[in-house]
Amino acid sequence: MFRSINWFKFASPASFYPVAGHLIPWFAVPAALLAAVGLWLGLVVAPTDAQQGDAYRIIFIHVPAAWMSMFLYLVMAAWCAASLTFNARLASMMAQALAPTGAMFTVVALWTGALWGRPAWGTYWAWDARMTSELILLFLYLGYMALRHAIDEPRRADRASAVLALVGAINVPIIYFSVRWWNTLHQGATVSLTSAPKMASIMLVAMLLMSFAAWFYAIAVTLIRVRAIILERERRTTWAGDLAGAAR
Amino acid sequence: MRNAAAQPAIEGEVWPGVAWAVQRDLRLALRSKAELGVQLLFYAIVVTLFPLGVGADPALLRALGPGVLWVAALLASLLSLPRLFAADFADGTLEQIALSPYPLAALISGKILAHWLATGAPLVLLSPLLAVQFGLEADELTALALGLLLGTPTLSLLGAIGAALTLGLRAGGSLLALLTLPLYVPILIFGAGTVEATRAGLAVEGGLSVLGAALLAALVGAPLASAAAVRIALD
Repeated sequence: MFRSINWFKFASPASFYPVAGHLIPWFAVPAALLAAVGLWLGLVVAPTDAQQGDAYRIIFIHVPAAWMSMFLYLVMAAWCAASLTFNARLASMMAQALAPTGAMFTVVALWTGALWGRPAWGTYWAWDARMTSELILLFLYLGYMALRHAIDEPRRADRASAVLALVGAINVPIIYFSVRWWNTLHQGATVSLTSAPKMASIMLVAMLLMSFAAWFYAIAVTLIRVRAIILERERRTTWAGDLAGAAR
Repeated sequence: MRNAAAQPAIEGEVWPGVAWAVQRDLRLALRSKAELGVQLLFYAIVVTLFPLGVGADPALLRALGPGVLWVAALLASLLSLPRLFAADFADGTLEQIALSPYPLAALISGKILAHWLATGAPLVLLSPLLAVQFGLEADELTALALGLLLGTPTLSLLGAIGAALTLGLRAGGSLLALLTLPLYVPILIFGAGTVEATRAGLAVEGGLSVLGAALLAALVGAPLASAAAVRIALD
């Protein structure tokens, strides 16, 4: 009934490398199309907000970026768990490839949030619970990448950064809830995203399209990066040598 | 030969392992008392710098006090972390410890406990004295000291993971700060928050319970994660 697929075949970098190459256009092209339609709907078609004017339109970038920043950390931690349990090199390469994209989305979320906060709240930065935990998430990403860079031996870097990512993943919800608790205690920002008026459906559609665009973009970029990592780390193997010879 | 015969008997025994590591590390710590004094001095000096930086207005200092004392405790804990494994790693003792038949997590728990007794506990004792300089009231002093008593062991436990991960690395010190300080955030929030709550006339039990819960969770998880990290570093 089911054609059995040997999934572990693709756990080998040598066989995953061409697969990733074939998959990239299937994610990159939809990402570009979804982003084009989403931006058109969000920036042109969606009506101007009665209270916030046109400034609100940044949420079409801000919200997907914020979602992806948190989601990608969890995906990265899952790959790290897989790399520790199955001792699979490809899993750590995937985690390594995801980290810069996750950090990039975190920066975008913080940056666009600041740009939106200026007209909406009158300040670039408030010590709001979400903003603070997003900033700490950025530190976790940067810590993961810094630890990887500091260790020369790839296998030790894989495992050490995997332990760090898992400890961080356990801490992310704790940090989020403690920051919320801290913020309610301090009676900080009184404006929150949750009290915003209900969104018009066209805005929701645009936001969902942008979210999928961000998701597909993340997959495509990660696959491109993982191919580079595979080539770099497998450069002494025969198959990578053959590939380089064929390209020459 | 005697050792080889004794080996199966102690295989997997947790408490003797903890006791041995505590004893050894405490003895080592007490033989370098000057180093321990420097850690405490660091705490006192960081706390002293804040009034010099923000001015001596008593109301302002009273408002800043809990946060300053807690942030300084975080920094002092961070500064003391390399002591935990670095020397043993450098002279190969850590490798011998990892080879011993005791569970590595038990030995590391003992090392962390000794580390806290040598660096965290004196800091807890010193904190009320420094808090008086910031004009904290008696019940706030109690909340601060109890919070630090429950919080600083958690800092040592979480920090041990970072210390083990950065063993023998270039720029280990600043990397350790980047890895460890974000994990300290919840402890800082609840620790300083407990003192603030006392000031607002709320009960301290809530904040202290959360700190206690964090300590128990860290007690279960951190030695295992540190042991994994030590094994990675020794490979």
